[in-house]
Amino acid sequence: MSATPRTPDPHDLHEVVVTVNGVTRSAQVPARRLLSDMLRHDLRMTGTHVGCEHGVCGACTVLLDGEPIRSCLTFAVMVDGARITTVEGLAGPDGELGPVQRAFRECHGLQCGFCTPGFLLLTTELLARSPEPAEGEIRDALGGNLCRCTGYVNIVRSVRRAAELAGEQSP
Amino acid sequence: MKPAPFVYHRPVSVEDAARLLAELGDEGKVVAGGQSLVPLLNFRLAAPAHLVDINGIAGLDWVDPADGAVDVGATVRHSRLLREREVAAAHPLLVEATGWIAHPVIRNRGTVCGSLAHADPAAELPAVLALLGGSVEAVAWRGGSLASRRVPAAELFAGPLQTTLEVDELVVAATFPTLAAGTGWAVEELARRHGDYALAGVVLSVTVDGDGKPVSGRAAYLSCAPTPAVVDIGPGLAGDAGANGLYDLVASSLDPTDDIHATAAYRRHLAATLTVRALDRALARAQPQQPELAAVSDVMAAPTAASSDGGAER
Repeated sequence: MSATPRTPDPHDLHEVVVTVNGVTRSAQVPARRLLSDMLRHDLRMTGTHVGCEHGVCGACTVLLDGEPIRSCLTFAVMVDGARITTVEGLAGPDGELGPVQRAFRECHGLQCGFCTPGFLLLTTELLARSPEPAEGEIRDALGGNLCRCTGYVNIVRSVRRAAELAGEQSP
Repeated sequence: MKPAPFVYHRPVSVEDAARLLAELGDEGKVVAGGQSLVPLLNFRLAAPAHLVDINGIAGLDWVDPADGAVDVGATVRHSRLLREREVAAAHPLLVEATGWIAHPVIRNRGTVCGSLAHADPAAELPAVLALLGGSVEAVAWRGGSLASRRVPAAELFAGPLQTTLEVDELVVAATFPTLAAGTGWAVEELARRHGDYALAGVVLSVTVDGDGKPVSGRAAYLSCAPTPAVVDIGPGLAGDAGANGLYDLVASSLDPTDDIHATAAYRRHLAATLTVRALDRALARAQPQQPELAAVSDVMAAPTAASSDGGAER
């Protein structure tokens, strides 16, 4: 390459600007900062949980431009300019739970709650794409996320209930 | 559980990326979807000094289901192959195999070309490319200009997570030839949990004649060898050989190894059993070749056969 002013350093900070739940947020992060860690450490949004940090558990799932992704397998610097939805974006402005959250509470779709943010975001995206999903579709959409408490039966029930609630809300 | 520090590069053209890779040599690593690379970085099983992110390059996010092949650009996600109707119509085998890759969330980020360049012997797409005799297009900055070459599947995979690509080469596209008329296909895998890497898996194609009888077939295996193993299953398709003949052919053709997930003997058994199942499904999907076409190809084949016989006499 042509003459560069100085050698880039692995500890250089990058300005990353993202829209999180509709609000423009920015942080100065090193290149190795995972999106999950930028959300939690730099933006202090700890609703996104970090379980395995190698893409197996799905607890860190967020929506990137509307699609669910593993935030622990994504570098923040790679998604500069993107639109991100985290669990903090699912409740109303006054803290009122959204339909997916209400359904999980009603149907006992969680126990310890650690995996729940990931499941809530998967469900949110599934219902946006398929308002009345069949059981197989639900299980396929959730299949990559682990829950060690519920045995999944109540989670699947919660998703069906969320579909009903969302349908009532926007007929 | 955090990656080692690295320098991040985001080239905006293929030429810039190729120049960068040439400059960085074995210190540079390409990242596209990151779904295989980032876990390795998080565990520090890999710690490249430089990451070259190719997502900022315009013109790599394309799929072309043209005549005879589906071509896929370097930043196309797995999920796109499952969404596009033209791809499903042109290449149902490719789509079925892609549906076996991990989970939907992983497929939203993981790229088709990345799976090929990563060359995991347990992955689906290397086996598909090997079965079909597909290829990748690789570019590099050599002698002051951009050099491009086609690497056929048979020459691409060198070992587990190893390809014959040079460190400064960038895969910009992959070509998956479509199946000929009269050819059926199937993908079968067994994993302990849905979405896990398969203990063993097979991608199979079989061609039938005008009467629906199988005349030739190939199968490529996941998790059974250091690279995708391709077996000519033609000899196992003969009328009287039956399912046992095919089972024995596959079992004797593969030489899998033991690991913590399965023994070699179990893998061999799985691969052979899955092949028998896959053949059933593939035959059900194979449309007999149209009689007119078959007749034409007979006529065209006849002189060739005669002349080669003649050649043998001389």
